[in-house]
Amino acid sequence: MHNDDASAPRTDPSTQRRLVERSLARRHGAEKRFRAAGLAAVFFGLGMVALLFASILAKGVPAFWQATVVTEVYFDPEIIKVDPRPVAQPGETPAQLHEREMAWQTQLTMANWNRIIENTLAAHLPEVTDARARARLRQLVTSGERFVLRDRVIADPALIGQRLTLKLLADANVDVWLKGNIDRSLPDSQQQLAPDVRAWADQLHERGVIQMKFNTTLFGNPDSRSSLASAGLAGAFVGSLFMMAIVILLAVPVGVASAVYLEEFAPRNRFTDLIEVNINNLAAVPSIIFGLLGAAVFINWFHMPLSAPIVGGLVLSLMTLPTVIIATRSTLQAIPPSIRQAALGIGASKVQMILHHVLPLALPGILTGAIIGVAQAIGETAPLLLIGMSAFVAAVPATPFDQSTALPVQIYLWQGNELRNFFEARTSAAIIVLLGLMLSLNALAIWLRKRFEKRW
Amino acid sequence: MFNKSFIAAAVVAVGASFAAPAMARDNLQIAGSSTVLPFASIVAEEFGNAFPQFKTPVVGSGGSSGGLRQFCQGVGANTIDIANASRPIKSAEVDACKKAGVGKIIEVQIGYDGIVFASRADKGSFALEPRHVFLAAGAQVPQGGKLVANPYTRWSQIDKSLPDQEIVLVIPASNHGTREVFEEKVTHAGCDALPEVKALDGDAKKKVCSSLRQDGRLIEIAGDYTETLARLQAQGDAVGVFGLSFYDQNRDRLKVATVNGVTPSLQTIGSGQYPVSRPLFFYVKGEHIGVIPGLKEYAEYFLSEQVSGFGSPLEAAGLIPLSNDERGKILANVRNGKTVQ
Repeated sequence: MHNDDASAPRTDPSTQRRLVERSLARRHGAEKRFRAAGLAAVFFGLGMVALLFASILAKGVPAFWQATVVTEVYFDPEIIKVDPRPVAQPGETPAQLHEREMAWQTQLTMANWNRIIENTLAAHLPEVTDARARARLRQLVTSGERFVLRDRVIADPALIGQRLTLKLLADANVDVWLKGNIDRSLPDSQQQLAPDVRAWADQLHERGVIQMKFNTTLFGNPDSRSSLASAGLAGAFVGSLFMMAIVILLAVPVGVASAVYLEEFAPRNRFTDLIEVNINNLAAVPSIIFGLLGAAVFINWFHMPLSAPIVGGLVLSLMTLPTVIIATRSTLQAIPPSIRQAALGIGASKVQMILHHVLPLALPGILTGAIIGVAQAIGETAPLLLIGMSAFVAAVPATPFDQSTALPVQIYLWQGNELRNFFEARTSAAIIVLLGLMLSLNALAIWLRKRFEKRW
Repeated sequence: MFNKSFIAAAVVAVGASFAAPAMARDNLQIAGSSTVLPFASIVAEEFGNAFPQFKTPVVGSGGSSGGLRQFCQGVGANTIDIANASRPIKSAEVDACKKAGVGKIIEVQIGYDGIVFASRADKGSFALEPRHVFLAAGAQVPQGGKLVANPYTRWSQIDKSLPDQEIVLVIPASNHGTREVFEEKVTHAGCDALPEVKALDGDAKKKVCSSLRQDGRLIEIAGDYTETLARLQAQGDAVGVFGLSFYDQNRDRLKVATVNGVTPSLQTIGSGQYPVSRPLFFYVKGEHIGVIPGLKEYAEYFLSEQVSGFGSPLEAAGLIPLSNDERGKILANVRNGKTVQ
């Protein structure tokens, strides 16, 4: 306490008691404030997370249901006039057959599929008789559906002449209109759809021809620009999956091997210290720098293909490597030395000691580190932009060497799409899918840790 | 044991990655202007659907200059086949291309695009003239017979007919071809028309007309138009520069300004009445024709009437089509392989 208090002659007990009580009240107050500050910080953090999730969910969840025309489609043989599908003839090489097959498909593509969609819709709106108005009916259905119909016939040519109940995706602007994502009270000049098309959409929606159906195309289709309503995440998802596989195949074994060497074999000297410092520094390098490195080394030097998941996977592996090494090393350090000594003591070699005793015990920690590293890698966007993965790819990649995008890049691309009213929801839906993937990876990491955890 | 299999797997993966360069590419790779990107993407997708024998081309962004830089990196499967551009190629770029071995550059004009000024739908209406925009954007403007640092802070100070709103102009950064058109057709045109500037000699005039203010009222956007739109949503008074097609798809949020009294539309831009428009191009790497499958077919498909003519999906997406004559000439150039000199 204060000097004058200490030097003062002993005061009577009541004064002393008063002094103590006063200081006690102050200390209790300080503790309360400290705890309140901590609690406030927790609530602030939670509140921000809740706000983020709430805004993403509120925007994105409706996008999982999309306006869909459920109707009977007549594959009119008068409109689809094609030769029978070519079959292998004796003495024909596969290349020749393929060529004839391609010609047949081209012929099929040239059929007037728009007319089929037009007739399908006109059957529901018989009052539309004017030829030009009928042609506008097409605006209700997204333009990509004509290729979906064609692909059905390619898969099964017997469909020609038949009637089939199908789900056709409505146009993006019809979806926006029916969901009210555009202000419905705006004047015609500010609307995307013509007044009659809007009236048809409302009419069909009321009659249950246009329904809000769960959006499977979001998961099954690659990205699309010519038929916005059919844009999906399949291409990006598969691209991300390929990259994830490459990271797991490269970064995890290399990272674990380096950590085991550094922890179990390497001598302690200035050189290994230097390596250790560098690994820690590497973990802190901003990811975009790995992108620059990847563009320079893999694309300009090794001449690897642009926008391919293989390059993305290699770049992300480099980025994840330090994370895996650090996580593995700290797990190895946490294993009690007694286990190593016991193994060596009963005559195990060092390799046996590591493979039979240390690594199995370290497995949960290594897996956790690896999964968290991989989860971080698949959420990464910046390095991928630099190796050309932000291109528009309208196909699902079949191998890691095909061009593709990745989930976070797809979010970035959709965020930049011109038709804001439609893609704001679509972007949030993509974010929900990415977050779902991340959360399940993290859950897997926790489950593995709990499953294999050993206590000593 | 599991270490062994891991190492084996890693070796396989590394081996596979080095085998990659040997593989030839079987689809087209396109990059460049973000104005052309939506059009090129639509064509790429339709091309992939219409020609079962070719794979769908891949279309990247990066701006006209970025695309042409990639284009001129050389010849080979790891370089792009087509560069989209919202301006003609420059002679310096042709030289750079030649140096890297790209000698056969085929220019393909695909149509026109209008550049529009738009403000938020809930704000005042603008009837702009190039003069107004220069006075709002220039670093130095004439006042009382001499040049002074730009004093204007509100549009109504420039002209009584303009709304009483803070001057905030959101323009594309120099990586966009749009910027060049903005400068050439708007700020330079507006600057040249001022009597005080007319009196200056060539160099001084150029200096005055090409320096833009740096006091934060002029915001440059290196990203795409969505970023410009986001700016307008955050700063209510801002006026942004957009492509016609972007404005068209966001009419519920944006209000377009007239320039010299003309409202931008497919008709007024097609007829040349609306002053701020420009041709759009893509450039084909002649060396890749016959090597990368589908390159020539893509260019010809792009120029067909059903794809980029009147009533085509590209017109619906906001491209102003070429006349049938013009398109025929360009198609002939592509067929004959006429290159840029």
